[in-house]
Amino acid sequence: MSDIRPDGTTDILSAPVDAETMNRLHRRLVHQAEQERLLDVAYTVVDSPLGRLLLAATPRGLVRVAYASEEHDQVLDTLAQQLSPRILRAPQRLDVVARELEEYFAKHRQVFDVPLDLSLSHGFRQLVQQHLPEIGYGQTRSYRQVAELVGNPNAVRAVGTACATNPLPVVIPCHRVLRADGSLGGYIGGAAAKATLLNLEAA
Amino acid sequence: MGMKPPFEKVVADHGGTVLRVCRVLLGSHDADDAWSETFVSALRAYPELPETANVEAWLVTIAHRKAIDVLRAATRGPLPTEQLSEAPTGLGVPGAGDPDLWQFVRRLPDRQRQAVAYHYVAGLPYAEIAEIIGGTVDAARRAAADGIKNLRNNYPGANPRGDHHE
Repeated sequence: MSDIRPDGTTDILSAPVDAETMNRLHRRLVHQAEQERLLDVAYTVVDSPLGRLLLAATPRGLVRVAYASEEHDQVLDTLAQQLSPRILRAPQRLDVVARELEEYFAKHRQVFDVPLDLSLSHGFRQLVQQHLPEIGYGQTRSYRQVAELVGNPNAVRAVGTACATNPLPVVIPCHRVLRADGSLGGYIGGAAAKATLLNLEAA
Repeated sequence: MGMKPPFEKVVADHGGTVLRVCRVLLGSHDADDAWSETFVSALRAYPELPETANVEAWLVTIAHRKAIDVLRAATRGPLPTEQLSEAPTGLGVPGAGDPDLWQFVRRLPDRQRQAVAYHYVAGLPYAEIAEIIGGTVDAARRAAADGIKNLRNNYPGANPRGDHHE
């Protein structure tokens, strides 16, 4: 018996909401969510020379950087599963890191100094990721050297896995880790992205 | 295997519908406030929402309660009335155009206005609507039918436009 006939009356009652109104209400929701500490994950998408980058942060810090090739919608779904479904597009929380990335790609910045939240990785992987920023701008290390750096020289393969699962590419410089023969090795953003970053830092 | 999407998707998928529901319930200005309170409450409760839940019905249920709160605060009365009010309520008029229709909407008895909003705007089945406004499924169906009939009878602009489908 469900009878929803469109006519003049229901058309008007169901008139579309204009985009500006929804944007205003969305901003207000983000503001209230921040104030009431309900925004577990804020995200935005920025342009970069490596394509669109998804940036996501918890109240503790930057928690995820994702290349477009990782499918941003899927990355957000995964964050909802692994961290919390209280996720909103809220660029303001990402303002500082977005600006630092811009400066980095413009060769005006060599070090990122935003708080990081490594809660997406655990154990040895997290340990490796914590140490990767010790490889300075424009330098490279082999997977073996990184294994030595973290005090576990036999864990070369595990270092490779830690780099491959880095939740914060570019900001945590896994692109500075190469094979012992100097070849690039794998990279979450693809070999071309890794080469681009190394060339940017070398120039 | 279900999984819960990011709340941003809930806002994108249902934000417009919930706002239209709030506008029918309250008028435009108070609708914004009710929408905001609805989505903040929903965000708070979202992690506990069962994955199988009907998200839109859940949001409309929250909006229903928030709208009653807003009306109570506005009238400082104990309960919304069931009588057709002859006096303007002072609630805002949603959107552009057709202020006449909105005059009639806000003079509908509360249950009729609610049933119209939940069925004709949110598209909820009468069983869900009965859960939200109380009473039987038949009563919910009658309230929506009476409400839309009241509007069509009282709003002269409605019928001619009825022939134009999108």
